[in-house]
Amino acid sequence: MSRLVVENLQRSFGGVKAVRGVSFSLAQGEVLALIGPNGAGKTTCFNLLNGQLRPDSGTVRLDGVDLVGLPPRRIWRLGVGRTFQITATFASMTVRENVQMVFLSCRRRLFGLWQPAVGCFRDEAQNLLERVGMGAQADRPCGVLAYGDLKRVELAMALASDPKILLMDEPTAGMAPAERLELMALTSALVRERGLAVLFTEHDMDVVFGHATRIIVLDRGQLIAEGPPEAVRADERVQAVYLGTAA
Amino acid sequence: MSPQTPNTEPLLTVQNLQAWYGRAHILMGVDLTVGRGEVVALMGRNGAGKTTTMKAVMGLMDTRSGGVSFDGRDVSALPPHRIARLGLGYVPEDRRVFTELTVEENLEVGRQPPRPGAPSWTPQRLYTLFPNLAEMRGRRGGRMSGGEQQMLTLARTLMGNPSLLLLDEPSEGLAPRIVQQMAEAIRALKAEGLSVLVSEQNLSFAAAVADRASVIEKGRIRFDGPMQALLEDDTVRRQYLAV
Amino acid sequence: MSFYLVQFLSGLAAAATLFLVSSGLTIVFGVTRIVNFAHGSFYMLGAYLGWSLIERWGTTPLGFWGGVALASLAVGALGALMEVGLLRRLYRSPELFQLLATFGVVLVIQDAASYAWGSEDLLGRRAPGLKGSVDILDQPFPLYDLVLIALGPVVLGLLWLLFNRTRWGTLVRAATQDREMAAALGVDPAKLFTGVLFLGSALAGLGGALQVPREAVNLHMDMSIVVEAFVVVVVGGMGSLTGAFVASLLIGQLQAFGILVFPQITLVLVFLFMAVVLVIRPYGLLGRKEEAPPTAASPGPPLVLATGLVRWVPALLLLLLALVPLVAGDYALIVLTEVVILALMAASLHLLIGLGGLVSFGHAAYFGLGAYGSALLVKHLAAPMPLALAAAPVLAGVGALIAGWFCVRRSGLYFAMLTLAFAQIAWSVAFQWYGFTGGDNGILGVWPPDWAAGKAAYYLLTLALAGGTLFLLRRAAFAPFGYTLRAGRDSALRAEAVGIDVRRHQWYAFALAGSAAGLAGGLYAFSKGSVFPTLMAVPMSVDALVMVLMGGIQTLSGPVVGAALFHLLETEVMSLTEWWRLVLGLVIIVLVLAFPKGVAGFVRDLWMRRKEA
Repeated sequence: MSRLVVENLQRSFGGVKAVRGVSFSLAQGEVLALIGPNGAGKTTCFNLLNGQLRPDSGTVRLDGVDLVGLPPRRIWRLGVGRTFQITATFASMTVRENVQMVFLSCRRRLFGLWQPAVGCFRDEAQNLLERVGMGAQADRPCGVLAYGDLKRVELAMALASDPKILLMDEPTAGMAPAERLELMALTSALVRERGLAVLFTEHDMDVVFGHATRIIVLDRGQLIAEGPPEAVRADERVQAVYLGTAA
Repeated sequence: MSPQTPNTEPLLTVQNLQAWYGRAHILMGVDLTVGRGEVVALMGRNGAGKTTTMKAVMGLMDTRSGGVSFDGRDVSALPPHRIARLGLGYVPEDRRVFTELTVEENLEVGRQPPRPGAPSWTPQRLYTLFPNLAEMRGRRGGRMSGGEQQMLTLARTLMGNPSLLLLDEPSEGLAPRIVQQMAEAIRALKAEGLSVLVSEQNLSFAAAVADRASVIEKGRIRFDGPMQALLEDDTVRRQYLAV
Repeated sequence: MSFYLVQFLSGLAAAATLFLVSSGLTIVFGVTRIVNFAHGSFYMLGAYLGWSLIERWGTTPLGFWGGVALASLAVGALGALMEVGLLRRLYRSPELFQLLATFGVVLVIQDAASYAWGSEDLLGRRAPGLKGSVDILDQPFPLYDLVLIALGPVVLGLLWLLFNRTRWGTLVRAATQDREMAAALGVDPAKLFTGVLFLGSALAGLGGALQVPREAVNLHMDMSIVVEAFVVVVVGGMGSLTGAFVASLLIGQLQAFGILVFPQITLVLVFLFMAVVLVIRPYGLLGRKEEAPPTAASPGPPLVLATGLVRWVPALLLLLLALVPLVAGDYALIVLTEVVILALMAASLHLLIGLGGLVSFGHAAYFGLGAYGSALLVKHLAAPMPLALAAAPVLAGVGALIAGWFCVRRSGLYFAMLTLAFAQIAWSVAFQWYGFTGGDNGILGVWPPDWAAGKAAYYLLTLALAGGTLFLLRRAAFAPFGYTLRAGRDSALRAEAVGIDVRRHQWYAFALAGSAAGLAGGLYAFSKGSVFPTLMAVPMSVDALVMVLMGGIQTLSGPVVGAALFHLLETEVMSLTEWWRLVLGLVIIVLVLAFPKGVAGFVRDLWMRRKEA
């Protein structure tokens, strides 16, 4: 069953059409890759889905609820989590506190003035960190973590709100090849465990073809191909605009 | 130095280079060389110290120690603009084009007087090397795609007529087709007589452009040798590059 | 009709001066990312130097214009000197430090000018050949002002050519965006920046020297012009020359006609205009959204709840302080009472700066609102002290809720400017509304009732109220509220993405901080027995910032330490000399250069290093 249904999404910037009539859907248990050349409109697409940008027309529905026009915060509360291309964590806090922050937010405890925050949702945060392999580093400040570890913290933070859909913008950018595959294997496992659905963008074709269950290809704001990895890899148009001859 | 007796001394020699971010010790003593006309790949996983090495060579780190000599001159205590004027061109990983300036103006910022012993560049020559840029010379840097910006950054640095290029992760975040173009551009520059130090995580890209490889891990060089030797050395590749 | 036309032309002439000054400010800001408070002082120096030179040579047109040019160049050279000696060391410091350092220069120049030219108003010679007036629809209009009106567009055009058609201009624009990258391409940023400071300061000096024939030169010119120039730059859009030009014209007219309608509150009108513009166009009329807005404070290390014996230090200190009246005399108790009040004021400001990354340049407004609230209740309603004291935080909190709603819409420097604007509004109301607030005569006779009139009794009351509030602020810092505030500071993007309404949180924090400052203000009013508009003026806001800075923004105990140090310095050193501005200015500059982490941060670093060794 499709959880996220996107229909005929359009958005232009000062006369330039960045996204022109994009439609796709995302079902529970899927890991959907969104690929395409730089400037094809991937980031715009992402920002339209999470509410950072408002589409000119088209609809985005999550389990039948229209998300268009809602601020990012509301969309997040309805169950759309995200990770960022460039890691963004709370650098002055420890790893565990970063995850606790998310728990505080989804349980609406942000305005507490008395009870110390370090004691709130400590065990839940620790459990989640164990799951992504960061349990041992829970007390380290986020500011000093290695890049790959930050990506894991980001994943834990995205999962803390128990989302239905996870949007990941270049989740493995800047990681070493082995780390990339490890992170995606973890993501795939979490998709199965928690009944998630993931939409991600990526330039590393090993990651895309190794972990996506389905791929959509964007070029100049339009979808030019959609299907299982093997079919997309064989598609001549995709080779011409994106993969090149070497792939 | 007369052209009859080729200078065998390396163009760039880095000895026991150390650098810190705040109190974090990132480079623990890096040694590497780049010969004249050579393309060297500086390889290693993320956080190994590739970008920091480039920045430290360029004088962009607040705290560093150790020796850097370029073209026979000690540059280890010079500020970045003096190093650049000696003929070291730096192309950063995150592109950093001047988004408010047009393509032409971006090139103007990079312009330096011609230098004997290094190819000299004019906007016209660069537009033939990067035809895309010629079409958009009046466009602001901020309105270009990532691949176009990467080309502009390279062209802008070439306007300084460098004899050695420091290219930090030129393939990162680019579509496979643009990566191929980038590799071709590097080979063309080598043919012009430029020396290049290129940092890379992508082994196939490095293999396509480099003569020699230095592998860095935890702030030290762990392997140094011909590219071919690295391709054949499974242990090094698995241990330090995780491929 | 003709009257309005002349009024319009006067507005244009005023706009020309305003544009000269604010174009310099915006150029310097664009490149250095430093909002240069001393820019107004350069304007004032230009006027003083211009006055001296014109007195000497100004009988001939050549002597007059030569004097104006020379004054402008001399001020430009001084600006270049400030870049080399001071600003260059601060480019990577948090903006709080930069603002404070340039404010230190303001204080130094104040005393230097007062030493050189005295504190009397100086009336200058009129420009030879331009002394007359022309009739415009039968109304006389000074010829000199027509020259000024023409000068504005000419300067704008020249600056545009300089920045868009010369290599120097291209390099400046490149360095404006990315200094480090420009340096890596062989551009010497230091030389470029010195040049920019010269240009910007010379423009301010020119504006000042050109004022000599129009108005008396005095020591108040610096603050009044710099605040107006801030408004112009913010309204026009930071870094935009054309924006500064348009904003100068608008504000010139607003003042020319505003004075006819609301002669008492032209200043309020200007600031309200700015607030409205910023709500409608957040980046100013012609400003563009910045890709990376300047950040307020870099995130520090994690705050850690004290454990072990250290945990009991605050309680022990409180106990010791409560025992002081047993041994101390009245004078010591008065000083200590003030220290405790200022500690609360500084801690409330630290809540914004240290946790929220929100550098408020107008925190005195809420201190003053609390003080005036209490005093007005006593004066007009004869309210008893407990009621008046209870009203102080409420009134200040409401004021902060209103101002904060505007201010938190913007971050970084814009936030600082907005808070400054609201403080100026509050100040001008207190200063100009004689009937209600007593104007600069203040309100006298605000004394505690008999049971609290003794120095010891009032000290203990202050200690209980301020100490209790400090404890609550500390709890809040470690509670989810404080964490959320820090989350918004560390990464607003991420905070929004995990459902945090950063702006709303900052708004509440602003109100909370304002309310605590209001209580401090109420306590202050009863300790002094009087209130004056200076309680809300810029120097008071700066004092509070200096306290936070002295203590260091990265520790919760910092502001308390800073307030004590500052107040002792003020009462024990600065009161001994007539040149206290000079002393304070130099202290600020030395602090900023020597202790980038504040005194408490410095001590903690020493402690950590010893522990590691």
